[in-house]
Amino acid sequence: MSKPLEPNSFMTGPDEEGHFGIFGGRYVAETLMPLILELEQAYNSAKADPDFHAEIEYLNKHYTGRPSPLYFAESLTEHLGGAKIYFKRDELNHTGSHKINNCLGQILLAKKMGKTRIIAETGAGQHGVAAATVAAKFGFPCVVYMGKTDVERQSPNVFLMKLLGAEIVPVTAGAGTLKDAMNEALRDWVTNVDDTYYLIGTAAGPHPYPELVRDFQSVIGKECKEQIMEAEGRLPDMLVASVGGGSNAIGLFHPFLDDKDVEIVGVEAGGLGLDGDQHCASLSAGKPGVLHGNRTFLLQDDDGQILEGHSISAGLDYPGIGPEHSYLRDTNRVEYVPIMDTEALEAFQLLCKTEGIIPALEPCHALAEVVKRAPKMGKDKIIVMNLCGRGDKDVFTVGKALGVDMETS
Amino acid sequence: MKTRIDTRFEALKAEGRPGLVTFIMAGDPNLEVGQEVLNGLPNAGADLIEIGMPFSDPMADGPSIQLAGQRALKGGQTLAKTLAMVAKFRKLGSETPIILMGYYNPIYIYGNEIFLKDANAAGVDGLIIVDLPPEADDELCIPAMDHNINFIRLATPTTDAARLPKVLENTSGFLYYVSITGITGAAAPDPDRVGKAVAAIKAKTDIPVAVGFGVRTAEQAADIGRGADGVVVGSALVSVILDNLDDQGNPREGTARAVHALVEDLASGVRSVKHG
Repeated sequence: MSKPLEPNSFMTGPDEEGHFGIFGGRYVAETLMPLILELEQAYNSAKADPDFHAEIEYLNKHYTGRPSPLYFAESLTEHLGGAKIYFKRDELNHTGSHKINNCLGQILLAKKMGKTRIIAETGAGQHGVAAATVAAKFGFPCVVYMGKTDVERQSPNVFLMKLLGAEIVPVTAGAGTLKDAMNEALRDWVTNVDDTYYLIGTAAGPHPYPELVRDFQSVIGKECKEQIMEAEGRLPDMLVASVGGGSNAIGLFHPFLDDKDVEIVGVEAGGLGLDGDQHCASLSAGKPGVLHGNRTFLLQDDDGQILEGHSISAGLDYPGIGPEHSYLRDTNRVEYVPIMDTEALEAFQLLCKTEGIIPALEPCHALAEVVKRAPKMGKDKIIVMNLCGRGDKDVFTVGKALGVDMETS
Repeated sequence: MKTRIDTRFEALKAEGRPGLVTFIMAGDPNLEVGQEVLNGLPNAGADLIEIGMPFSDPMADGPSIQLAGQRALKGGQTLAKTLAMVAKFRKLGSETPIILMGYYNPIYIYGNEIFLKDANAAGVDGLIIVDLPPEADDELCIPAMDHNINFIRLATPTTDAARLPKVLENTSGFLYYVSITGITGAAAPDPDRVGKAVAAIKAKTDIPVAVGFGVRTAEQAADIGRGADGVVVGSALVSVILDNLDDQGNPREGTARAVHALVEDLASGVRSVKHG
């Protein structure tokens, strides 16, 4: 296989049409096209507006609690006996994950555009909770589309969203998971074009969403760069993050893409293994296609029908991936690897016991990869991992997987 | 180039009435009955035929067409089988234009060039690909012209005067005016508003304009048809198939006949209209 020509910079994308290499773009129904173009215009003007940036910065600091700490995981480092391990602790954010970074940026954009109603899709409910949170704070009505299967397995987050005043619409089409929720959100948007802002939760969808979500999440990588310079006086040797749609990962990776000595690893949900179709490793086992407004790697059959996929982690349960990750894979800038459900579960328990941190199942995939790699690296090496969510929401799932009955124990 | 679509709209213009464009989902309720439904459409009064290419994630479709696609996929429908259906239909000698409608991914995976070649050979005259806006014309719209296939674009209530030229630029065959903002099978459109919108489009182009989304009855078809060159009916037809399934989800005897009966009724609607 011929190696594609390496670009001078990995940070220049997307182009004007929203492409990262051959990926990305704007594959939407004509009804939505004017809305997408309007959003692009609004985002370009917001980017050039110092007040917009100042407002985000203020909210990041006083509402979310940024900067999130960069924490040296000393016990885990000792336990694994290799590279020094740091966690970027976005699980300490308000709402318990990195999702709030994106939601604050987009709600300010919605306000600027004069929209009066928010819709969102959610899988695990982390984005739904963050969207409902910002909608509550800024006084918008909010409708969250959530697959029926996910509504059942993520009941704590469903209750939280209701407390925050959001209306939850369970989606029964398809298998009732994230992709079906996204289809239904798009159907709402195409119907309510005048007043509605679609607050997408990950760095995917039609241009300009992948770009703007990445930009709002890049606060993770920018802070991390400063913090690691302060702590170690140099950049890390390796970054590791889990990828579902890929927003936490692109947020950490993007500011480092042109630092060629920093090795970057994205970790996909390997589910029950890549042999069958019970996984969500679109970059490792999928092929390029077009879904939800962008060209990207997708899990699909020979007829181009999209598969449902599986992961123990509802937040990684998506058969696609943000288009910029597809580009970073094809240019070999980032290495993408799968981690199985069982490995993620082991990593979950390890972190609880060594560091006293209960992580979400999503970053446990990244952690399991760190567990594999750190012992093989010298003690002078540094790994930074994005600990992008906390695990409270997952205790029932983990309990079930470990055979613990929560009702009686 | 001149396609069967062009020829048909010329004939309709000479007759002075709007055409009836019927939508069915390929392979719904199964391959056999689906073929029977398709083959009988011209005799029932369909002037043009749209065949849906089933897709797992039909983002612009309402429940009726979503379910139709799911039934077809469950029965093993593929893009190759859909093309084979068209080829069989053509063997009957019909000159009724066939337009394939759906989403881009199955075509992209089939391979754009080979798809266009196979579609042309099967007797396909036009394509409506919901998620390929003019911004992506290089991918399929422009190559389709080289294969004598019309690329029919959708215009919607959100397509304003500034955007309309972009939508019209590479459209051929006809323009499909989506009468409402929303998904297929939603509320009925207001004929007055639609008439004005279509008149505004016709002031900018000589291409025929067909109107769809929300048309269910002969009366609505006539109302909408007064101001348009064609009226598209989809969800109402696939709903007939749903209504004719037994408890096991298999089609009852006479399912195709029931679809054709509604087509006949709708055809009487468009045939009652005399364009001035």
